[in-house]
Amino acid sequence: MSSPVAELHEDPLLRFIFGKLDINSVPWHDPIIMGAGFGMVSAAVLVIGLTTYFKKWGYVWSEWLTSVDHKKIGVMYVILALIMLLRGFADALMMRAQQALASAGGAGYLPPDHFDQIFTAHGVIMIFFVAMPLVIGLMNIIMPLQIGARDVAFPYLNSLSFWFTVAGAILVNVSLVVGEFAHTGWLAYAPLSGIEFSPGVGVDYYLWALQISGLGTTLSGVNLIATIFKMRAPGMTLMRMPIFTWTSLAANILIVAAFPILTVTLALLTLDRYLGMHFFTNDGGGNAMLYVNLIWAWGHPEVYILVLPAFGIFSEIVATFSRKRLFGYDGMVYATMCIALLSFLVWLHHFFTMGAGADVNAFFGITTMIISIPTGVKVFNWLFTMYRGRVRLELPMLWTLGFIITFVIGGATGVMLAIPGADFVLHNSVFLIAHFHNVIIGGVLFGCIAGLNYWFPKAFGFKLHTGLGKVSFWCWLIGFYVAFMPLYVLGLMGMTRRLSHMDNPIWQQYLIVAAIGALIIAVGIAAQIAQIVWSVIKRDELRDETGDPWDGRTLEWATSSPPPFYNFAVTPAIGNHDSFWDAKQTGQAYVQPESYAPIHMPRNTATGLLIGLISVPLGFALIWHIWWLAIASFVAMVGIAIAHTFNEDRDYYVQPDEIKAIEDARFAKLKTEA
Amino acid sequence: MHIPDKPTLHKAKDPHTELADHHAVDHLKKDDHGHDHGASHGSVKSYLIGFALSVILTAIPFALTMMKVLPSQMLVPVILILGVVQILVHLHYFLHMDTSSSQVWNNAAFVFTAIILGILIIGTIWVMTHLNHNMHPGMMAGGMG
Repeated sequence: MSSPVAELHEDPLLRFIFGKLDINSVPWHDPIIMGAGFGMVSAAVLVIGLTTYFKKWGYVWSEWLTSVDHKKIGVMYVILALIMLLRGFADALMMRAQQALASAGGAGYLPPDHFDQIFTAHGVIMIFFVAMPLVIGLMNIIMPLQIGARDVAFPYLNSLSFWFTVAGAILVNVSLVVGEFAHTGWLAYAPLSGIEFSPGVGVDYYLWALQISGLGTTLSGVNLIATIFKMRAPGMTLMRMPIFTWTSLAANILIVAAFPILTVTLALLTLDRYLGMHFFTNDGGGNAMLYVNLIWAWGHPEVYILVLPAFGIFSEIVATFSRKRLFGYDGMVYATMCIALLSFLVWLHHFFTMGAGADVNAFFGITTMIISIPTGVKVFNWLFTMYRGRVRLELPMLWTLGFIITFVIGGATGVMLAIPGADFVLHNSVFLIAHFHNVIIGGVLFGCIAGLNYWFPKAFGFKLHTGLGKVSFWCWLIGFYVAFMPLYVLGLMGMTRRLSHMDNPIWQQYLIVAAIGALIIAVGIAAQIAQIVWSVIKRDELRDETGDPWDGRTLEWATSSPPPFYNFAVTPAIGNHDSFWDAKQTGQAYVQPESYAPIHMPRNTATGLLIGLISVPLGFALIWHIWWLAIASFVAMVGIAIAHTFNEDRDYYVQPDEIKAIEDARFAKLKTEA
Repeated sequence: MHIPDKPTLHKAKDPHTELADHHAVDHLKKDDHGHDHGASHGSVKSYLIGFALSVILTAIPFALTMMKVLPSQMLVPVILILGVVQILVHLHYFLHMDTSSSQVWNNAAFVFTAIILGILIIGTIWVMTHLNHNMHPGMMAGGMG
């Protein structure tokens, strides 16, 4: 065991001060973990050191850390996601390597105990700390621009949400070095995650990391819903909102409806573990199956929380790069809302084999298949938008085409799994693994990368390099197929998921191919990093002064790139959902108004940052039973929140002369461009 | 980044004002029929009525349970019904929901919540009942269907 359950301190004083934590909580003797920990700590020291060396702390503090600007918070979400992607992908490479090495009776290099933590961490990180921050980050950057708003409804809450998410991510990374992470799989099924079978701190890290970041996600959902309902530009009725805003609305409604289920389920498991209750135990009146039921009642809407915004991104990209109005806008809206509601009616398909019987399985099998209808509507709408359009194969469009093909394959295998009879055979096999990676990589991840390439010039004022982007795209696409198609085959051959050691030479050849696929994806990720770095270096060549590099259709392209902190000098008036396109056609775009009115803006605040960061020691103390620290952190968080309510200096007015100076500069640049 | 010497627009103090203030036009339009920030905030009297009703609705199930006046098959549904009544009391007296036209969005959100809760609760009971039935020791052989 790399991280044994700590013996409690004998001395009551030490036990009071350190709880369950002691010097042996860190696996000093494990070279892999210590190497990874050393890497993380040196990266952090490097960043802090460089910031200090270049004397950038003032800039970082006032422009980023304490910022309540939705664009900057969105960018920080995306940066968090990309950093965590590296961690989650390192886990994926380790699993692929282990399975390729240890499938013909070999020992591999990972003990089962460590392998279990890796597949759990991979799932948790990829869903909660890569996919979610990517999606929420893109919604934050773009959605307020698309509806002509100056910020989100509650800017300080937005900052708080982000820092809670960061706190969760920090806790997951701390678990790598101090103690252990859960061995339970990414949903921590009871009773395995109960105190009886998981006595270590791994599950506690899981619980508190997800509770803290989940709180941030819920608050963010409330915030973005309020923004969409209350802050649209005049004339933008619901049916004139861009599709990405619609899908953001659907995703945030799902967040607000579904995340409380996760919170309650994890809270019940916490009560089981901390206070000896019996919600999900095998005795004392508990029912472990109820945990599975509840966690998937959140878990299925969660997949749509991730994929609906991706659908929105593709819709914007397809319309822009086909130079056509989106085919079937109304159908797209209804399909989105239909999927949102249906996503609450299918959760049992994750556990057909639990034994609820034929009636129940038939109902949930059919509702699952019905979801493919509105999804199919969307696919045909994208195809018909391209039909007879002038399709430009720019990077975002390439990712979109890759998505359509890949996602349709993933959808088809999903409908196969929706047949309860077939699911009894395929359940828990690597066929399932191949299926959900097919839709999450092919759908969510391709969508977010397409969105990054599409909106990067909006956020930073210069495009991403095309050549390196194409390398990245082809490596991701080919790598995905090489990595996951063998898993479909292996699943049909009977290989179950989460195996650390096997003895089957026939499987090994497929697993080696899958490992090669993962390496091709690694090249794709490296190309992506190179693409960003190279684009930053060559930013003057890639610069876009117009604010509209792709000849876009929706409102975010009407302002400059990067947008001024107030987004729009004058709140735009909206005629229809391609309002900017129409304005360009009729010559109403790029007309400078005679005068400007003062703009009301929120002030930066460090409150969100402080509360979020103090939730790290709170979580850490709860995990290690250091009660004095938990109480102190909690009191500090509440105290800071209350102190913030006395801060009356939260907003200010940007004066017309300042606005005029910024806007004059922009229009002068536009003139030289033209 | 200056603060105006003579603020012409009103200064926002609470986040609600801040929220709508970005769109002065929107704001003015909505003020016409005054439904911007969720109608009334209630009076002391309505809060006290709500509080009294909540106390009574909490006391009854406790009393029924402790005095054992009802058989247990009756007791559980009665407690559940009183719980639902209490939710409605909270919604009306504390969250100020009613059927007026200014409450359309609140009511829509409530209906959506009710649908989701209904799906989740009824679905869970249905699933778990079938599971318990099928997993009963005597039924193991044919249970998996």
